[in-house]
Amino acid sequence: MKTNGILRVVTRFLIPLIMLFALYIQFHGEYSPGGGFQAGVIFAAAWILFALVFGLDEALAVIPAKAQKVLASVGVMLYSFIGVLGVVLGGRFLDFNPLIPGSPQGAQQAGIILVELGVGITVAAVVMIVYTLFADRLRVVADLTREEID
Amino acid sequence: MAIAVLRMRDLFAAVMLFAIYSLVSASLFAVLDAGDVALTEAAVGAGISTILMLVALSLAPRHEDQGRGRNLTALVVVLVTGASLVYATWDLPPFGAADNPIHQHVAPYYLQESYDDIGIPNVVASILASYRSIDTLGEVYVIFTAGIGVMMLLGATRRRRRQPVEEPIEGEETE
Repeated sequence: MKTNGILRVVTRFLIPLIMLFALYIQFHGEYSPGGGFQAGVIFAAAWILFALVFGLDEALAVIPAKAQKVLASVGVMLYSFIGVLGVVLGGRFLDFNPLIPGSPQGAQQAGIILVELGVGITVAAVVMIVYTLFADRLRVVADLTREEID
Repeated sequence: MAIAVLRMRDLFAAVMLFAIYSLVSASLFAVLDAGDVALTEAAVGAGISTILMLVALSLAPRHEDQGRGRNLTALVVVLVTGASLVYATWDLPPFGAADNPIHQHVAPYYLQESYDDIGIPNVVASILASYRSIDTLGEVYVIFTAGIGVMMLLGATRRRRRQPVEEPIEGEETE
């Protein structure tokens, strides 16, 4: 697929738009349908499209496998950290009101945005991890069959 | 559509039919004004899961096995379960009626007070991330655990399969 000019050009054009749409869904999720889960999936889809057209190695050069694992954990920890922060600041677990004292609405919105960001990071990273593992496995199997032929 | 998926022996075509099925349900959700669910169904059901199934399919044979004949016990279990589920639907309240129990519990509070509490227009987002944020936290943990599970399954087999390739080379070196 790397040699198909049409695919390469169209993909180059589409990937930024898909990523932009993912970010829009992520950060506009309070006003229109959307949120971290959908945004993470769409962001990962852009990366998978890149991996399909330009090859897994090129895609792993952009976001290495290790970074995917770190990101997956960072998202979960961000969500949990916000939850614990509510306890530390004198509220209950995942209580957003103490985050910004005196402005419950602002605090709720800040909490929702941060929490959704955590969801988005984790979902995107996990989808990328699953794709990487499957595609990598495909390569291992191809290597094995080649060795059997040899 | 679902029957076509079941009868299909060609797994590649079955995956494509699944994707179309997801897209149709996504448009159904969009018609029912459930924008968040429609977006999720289109992105996850029609998009990502199709890609992942195709990648998995490239590791497996393309056609389904012929199967081992008919299993009467399974047929009986499926028929009994299905019949009892259909029987249970007769006791369900009418679809969309305003006095259904689901509309009497916390839903009116969420719908009426969420803008004053949180100040954002999307009630789904405020329920998911604020009122029910522990549920969502659990969801994120589930996704994270699923990722770890795939990592353990596929990552481990890869290492084991590579060992026999490396071992003979080590043996030659010691000789």
